[in-house]
Amino acid sequence: MSLNELWFLLVAVLFIGFFILEGFDFGVGMSTRFLARNQRERDQLVTTIGPFWDANEVWLITAGGAIFAAFPEWYATMFSGYYLPFVLFLLALIVRGVAFEFRHKVDTKWTSLWDWMIFIGSIVPAFVLGVLFTSLVRGMPIDASANMYAGFTDYFNLYSIVGGIAMVVICFVHGLTYIGLRTEGPIRERAQKMLTKMYIVLLVGLLAFAVLTYVSTDLFEARPLATPLLLFGAVVTTALAYFFTGKRMEGWAFTMTTGTILFTISTLFVGLFPRVMISSISSDFNLTIMNASSSPYTLKVMTIVSLTLLPFVLGYQIWSYYIFRKRVSDSEPVGHE
Amino acid sequence: MEILDLARFQYAATTIYHFFFVPLSIGLVFLVAIMETLYFFKKKEIYLDMAKFWGNIFLISFAVGVVTGIIQEFQFGMNWSEYSRFVGDVFGVPLAIEALLAFFMESTFIGVWMFGRNRLPKWVHLMSIWLVSIGTMLSALWILAANSFMQEPVGIAVVDGKATLVDIWAFLTNPQLLVEFPHTIFGAFATGAFVVGGISAYKLMKKKDIELFKRSFTIATVLGMVAGLGIAFTGHWQAQHLVSSQPMKIAASEGLWEDSGDPASWSLIADIDEENKTNNWSVEIPYLLSLLSYNSFNGSVEGMNTLQERYTELYGEGDYIPPVAPVYWSFRVMTFGGGIMILLSMVGLFLLKRKKIMENTWYLKLMLGAISLPFIANTAGWIMTEIGRQPWTVMGLFTTAQSVSPNVTATDLWISIIAFLGAYTVLAIVLITLIVKQVKKGPYKDVEDKPDVDLFNKEAFGQ
Repeated sequence: MSLNELWFLLVAVLFIGFFILEGFDFGVGMSTRFLARNQRERDQLVTTIGPFWDANEVWLITAGGAIFAAFPEWYATMFSGYYLPFVLFLLALIVRGVAFEFRHKVDTKWTSLWDWMIFIGSIVPAFVLGVLFTSLVRGMPIDASANMYAGFTDYFNLYSIVGGIAMVVICFVHGLTYIGLRTEGPIRERAQKMLTKMYIVLLVGLLAFAVLTYVSTDLFEARPLATPLLLFGAVVTTALAYFFTGKRMEGWAFTMTTGTILFTISTLFVGLFPRVMISSISSDFNLTIMNASSSPYTLKVMTIVSLTLLPFVLGYQIWSYYIFRKRVSDSEPVGHE
Repeated sequence: MEILDLARFQYAATTIYHFFFVPLSIGLVFLVAIMETLYFFKKKEIYLDMAKFWGNIFLISFAVGVVTGIIQEFQFGMNWSEYSRFVGDVFGVPLAIEALLAFFMESTFIGVWMFGRNRLPKWVHLMSIWLVSIGTMLSALWILAANSFMQEPVGIAVVDGKATLVDIWAFLTNPQLLVEFPHTIFGAFATGAFVVGGISAYKLMKKKDIELFKRSFTIATVLGMVAGLGIAFTGHWQAQHLVSSQPMKIAASEGLWEDSGDPASWSLIADIDEENKTNNWSVEIPYLLSLLSYNSFNGSVEGMNTLQERYTELYGEGDYIPPVAPVYWSFRVMTFGGGIMILLSMVGLFLLKRKKIMENTWYLKLMLGAISLPFIANTAGWIMTEIGRQPWTVMGLFTTAQSVSPNVTATDLWISIIAFLGAYTVLAIVLITLIVKQVKKGPYKDVEDKPDVDLFNKEAFGQ
């Protein structure tokens, strides 16, 4: 494997890790309105992700940094090209981040407002990223100098909107399985019940996504074997999650929705490879892992540094999940054992 | 306004705002780590109360620092895509390493520290806050490595019109980084120290929780003194380094149009006329500029007009003189701010030694006002550093005008400026309200239902 390929893989892994981890805390954020019935339960939900959401978000920052370092042309084209979507995305992350921290710092009359911020701040970023990645694999108007001049329908079209909604639904379902795993009391029961309905919605969403991927993108031509297999994997894991939820095997259900995210995001990255941005003007203007990348020396330096640091990072993150593994009830003082 | 101006305005606004919280967080978490350490070894409740009280203010600052920091990482690509294409091979490296090495560490262990007090062995919990503190400093190291490359591109070559990394070791031992990093870190310590010192002074004036705030005040004043001296020495080294590495920045910061005499005198205040490239008048202190530049009573310093000629030969036709007045005045604001902080720290230590701190309310009042000093000085320092480098983004290699995204429109920029500045304004109001409430409420000993609940966690996330 060349270093360019390795870095494409690492970027994909960082995004998959981000969607798996931040996916469930986006889902928990959405559940504060869709599932929780009162303040007490919202507290309980927020507590389940309290120690983690910040580090989960760093996966995205690291993915952004990795793209900048390994594929500067990709970084420049994507971030300037998706300018306004990113503005919206950043605003949502701002309100979400401070809301977690501030929701109990002022008088409780403000708490409800902050909780709405958490809700909005969890839906909007998931939707925007869904739109971003689906429109990206569909192809964007990128010219010969790698600049993207996109119009409204390039960002928002049937495929990308379905992609955005699918991402929201995936995160919500993943958040619900996480809640099933991390809470006790009535909300755990209700999460199970809601899940059985949401799995159907997700399956429909995945099928719509698969059909539109076939219609709108060249992913099936680019990877005639992998694309259908990965999409099939996403559907199977969702079905299995349904099964495990019915059997009340919450750990397995969560593992399966993790698989759904893994397969869905992998579909996009596998289909994209070796391209990183697809030009809808001409395939000559595609950005690829070769023409968008940094020099071999920089890739070498980055490889050594990353492969040295990554085990430590993964180690202490897993450790932190292990420390806070206990279920959160609705009666104990929140954030305290 | 033109797109370039809008993009620069946005960058300046978001970065200055972000940098209120960065040094505050670095300074506060260092102080909290010291308090946790005292608690660990001395086992006195009061240190725990201190750590929780200041820890809470740290968390507020950190939260805003994190969310405004994400903008920092994305806006290079959003507003400065041509810059990103030019420097990505070099500049992306420290940014990626910063995320991998520092951000993960800070964000994970801050969660461990906030929620783990009763779940972990005490020494592990203590370690977690130190790892957060070290994480914030590592973060500063990598982002300043990126900035130092913009000031003084070393360890790189321009290949096919792009900056390319050729020697990572030279890049990391950039002489600019070696002076810029300690200077910034001492500035951050001073920020934490003056915020803790100022709030403690207020509480001492109000005669509330005297024991707790006296101890806080003492620790803060000692750190303020150390940091103040650190700032002065590293600042001096940095200025001396700039005389050779960025002479234009130094000349602008002195309002020096023509070469100075030998020995060179230092301008205290001046009326700068940028149009006619001269000063109408200037109050000068003899010998001082030679002394500052070379640690000697002689030696002359090159003026902007000489440098302009040399740069024209080197880089072709163009205006290589940065906006002089902002550089000149921000340098003075920064150094005077630093000087006052050192003086205040000295007086504070003297009063503490004499045990006369409580009687001298005038001093306590001054310290409350002095909370603003480090923020003003930090901001002025960065204004000098960044405006003083103009017209370049990467000194001598790439200009700011070349850097801006060609596909981003003025409308895009206006939307993002209004969105971000609107959010920042709301955030600032909320933040100040929160901190004032936090301070007025006082430490947790005053809360009535203290006994069996870990109030710190309750405050941070709980019911």
